[in-house]
Amino acid sequence: MMAKSGSAANAPETRLEARKTYKLFIGGKFPRSESGRSYVISDRSGRFLANVAQGSRKDARDAVVAARAAFPNWSGATAYNRGQVLYRVAEVMEGRRAQFVDEVSALEGIGRKEAERAVGAAVDRWIWYAGWSDKIAQIVGGANPVAGPYFNLSVPEPTGVVAVLAPQDSALLGLVSVIAPVIVTGNSAIVIASEERPLPAITLSEALATSDVPSGVVNVLTGRTAEIAEHLATHEDVNGLDLTGAPGDLVTSLAAAAAGTLKRLWAPSPGAPTPDWLSVPGIGRMTAFLETKTVWHPKGQ
Amino acid sequence: MTHPAATSAPGRLALAERFLHYAPAPESRSIVDIRPAYGLFIDGAFVEGDGERFSTINPADEKVLAEVTSANAADVDRAVVAARRASERVWSATPGTERAKYLFRIARLIQERGRELAVLETLDNGKPIKESRDFDVPAAAAHFFYYAGWADKLEYAGYGPTVRPRGVVGQVIPWNFPLLMLAWKIAPALATGNTVVLKPAETTPLSALLFAEICQQADLPPGVVNILTGAGETGRLLVEHEGIDKVAFTGSTQVGKAIARAIAGTGTGLTLELGGKAANIVYDDAPIDETVEGIVNGIFFNQGHVCCAGSRLLVQESIAEEVVERLQRRLSTLRLGDPLDKNTDIGAINSQAQLDRIRELTAAGEAEGAQRWSATCELPERGYWFAPTVFTDVSQAHRIASEEVFGPVLSVLTFRTPDEAIAKANNTPYGLSAGIWTDKGSRILWTADRLRAGVVWANTFNQFDPSSPFGGYKESGYGREGGRHGLEPYLALATEVDAA
Repeated sequence: MMAKSGSAANAPETRLEARKTYKLFIGGKFPRSESGRSYVISDRSGRFLANVAQGSRKDARDAVVAARAAFPNWSGATAYNRGQVLYRVAEVMEGRRAQFVDEVSALEGIGRKEAERAVGAAVDRWIWYAGWSDKIAQIVGGANPVAGPYFNLSVPEPTGVVAVLAPQDSALLGLVSVIAPVIVTGNSAIVIASEERPLPAITLSEALATSDVPSGVVNVLTGRTAEIAEHLATHEDVNGLDLTGAPGDLVTSLAAAAAGTLKRLWAPSPGAPTPDWLSVPGIGRMTAFLETKTVWHPKGQ
Repeated sequence: MTHPAATSAPGRLALAERFLHYAPAPESRSIVDIRPAYGLFIDGAFVEGDGERFSTINPADEKVLAEVTSANAADVDRAVVAARRASERVWSATPGTERAKYLFRIARLIQERGRELAVLETLDNGKPIKESRDFDVPAAAAHFFYYAGWADKLEYAGYGPTVRPRGVVGQVIPWNFPLLMLAWKIAPALATGNTVVLKPAETTPLSALLFAEICQQADLPPGVVNILTGAGETGRLLVEHEGIDKVAFTGSTQVGKAIARAIAGTGTGLTLELGGKAANIVYDDAPIDETVEGIVNGIFFNQGHVCCAGSRLLVQESIAEEVVERLQRRLSTLRLGDPLDKNTDIGAINSQAQLDRIRELTAAGEAEGAQRWSATCELPERGYWFAPTVFTDVSQAHRIASEEVFGPVLSVLTFRTPDEAIAKANNTPYGLSAGIWTDKGSRILWTADRLRAGVVWANTFNQFDPSSPFGGYKESGYGREGGRHGLEPYLALATEVDAA
């Protein structure tokens, strides 16, 4: 008995934690990069946090295949269903607040209070966009009073697969603010996470994987933004490109590359200030990746 | 009352027999805990009212379910004061994003307690469990979900950049879809920042009282929603209370007119969703099987206790005989009985008063010379029941063709040309809904353009969605509920006065 309590007294005060391996998120699975590469992520003070997968051209191409495969069912789901799925993401994220706060605080170099505010806003952003699912068509679509005996109705439809360069600064709130508007309308997304602050993107992927978001609707790649973005900007099966997180000197060349397949584009204007991610978004990030379809039908006995 | 299937086709009889021999499959009532007595829900708590107690019964067996309180003038006053206080101190200052989250919570709580609500609704109302479970309750949750999303997006709704809530809203709802009508009323009111005093129908108060518990579980601030039970007098006290900024009423045209008269000149806002006598127009090229199903759904859904029910069937003459024959055959397979049985198609009539009304009008139909046919089905001994009934040889002058029966009774009229169909369809003081059955798209749209009705269903009937506006023309009321349009009545829109 004495020996036993003696050994317990010698045990370390805190247990050694099992660290998480941060991997990619493609087609609902968490693979390592096919290239076998990884790179070091540190907090703002230079302390090692994790080795993160360094995604490759092949990973990007796999993500496009997964996103394309997910598109028919996701875009075909009812708006009500998509809204509930997005709301579910908010519910699941709420339960992981502490983990998000730790990561955001470490990577963005901000205090816990500020990080908590950002995480709360990220949860609310999912809810804000969830509410748009069955309303955006009522705002940007509708009956057109054509001068003739015709029924004429315009409806918005998702453009397809959208590649998104997540903002480099705001690791979670900025990330959510660019993913939610793309998928709420029925697009599927391939997201390149913030190059130096990618951890919340992978933790968010874990929330997405358990939130009834169908596999392949959101795919997350970590790695060198410039390297992966180039492949996605030229990929023929990608319909839209969001350049929010593009390094300033690459915006023009990526936009030019996207012109090859006339990808729908969301690009920051030259010299535009960094977005205030805490402010209420407009609807521009949704409409950027919507097509308008107009149906005509005659009226008569 | 002959049974055509029984006399003309042994094969069909065998089919009907097989339907009748389904084993009972009752949903358990143990999921719901009904208290012996209920007070009023005022300022976030259940309180004893000052008024009389009355019983609410199960219309399927006439047994008492619970005692509820009839709110009197003092109770109405307390509820309106609580709603005003909540409006001024809490709710109008609560940001849209936070209001949205309360509504999302409520939507989730309705989903979580869905089966409990469905059983309670069926017990108190008499409607089949398959309808309360698969329609009323999910639709109520969906309604809260939809309007939750509007709470922080009102500037996009198209009613101007500076919309404000009206304040305190008084709402009175009917007994045919108790929880769903509550959702139609409360969800847009809260989303737009108003507070609410709602009175459920005298015969179906229980789901509203359970909803009050849901408001508590959602931590909704006290006074934002208040529920007062009672009969017509409580409703009158509520809508005429001077502390009410806007009234929303669903019910009879007669009461709707009385409310409009009573609040005339007070500046109180008003929306009315009243009676209907919908024409369901069947052209000779209609897909016949789908059409027959649609006609059945149009009039026999919820025992015909539906304001937008397709109660006047207008069939093109050349196919009238075939449609009626198929209709009668289909009606012979409907199962009437225990509303809690999962196989039941037709439940109980909601009250003795409503049953009396249906009997009076059907007797008038026979007396005026229309031909009556009723499905042969055994009616339970206890409770209020009425077999699905079809009248043929109906003229436009008959009471069954012009008055709202609000029961499982269909009047069949015929027409020869599309113009005649339009003329007959519009020949009513009502204008809530209409149906069109034809294979020709251009004819659907031509017909829809000419119908004076707020909702037109083509090759379908009784479709509802939170995103779709609902409401009537003419004496079916004014204002719309549902969709973007359903926000407007709850918003104080900027006018010339604001600029002056």
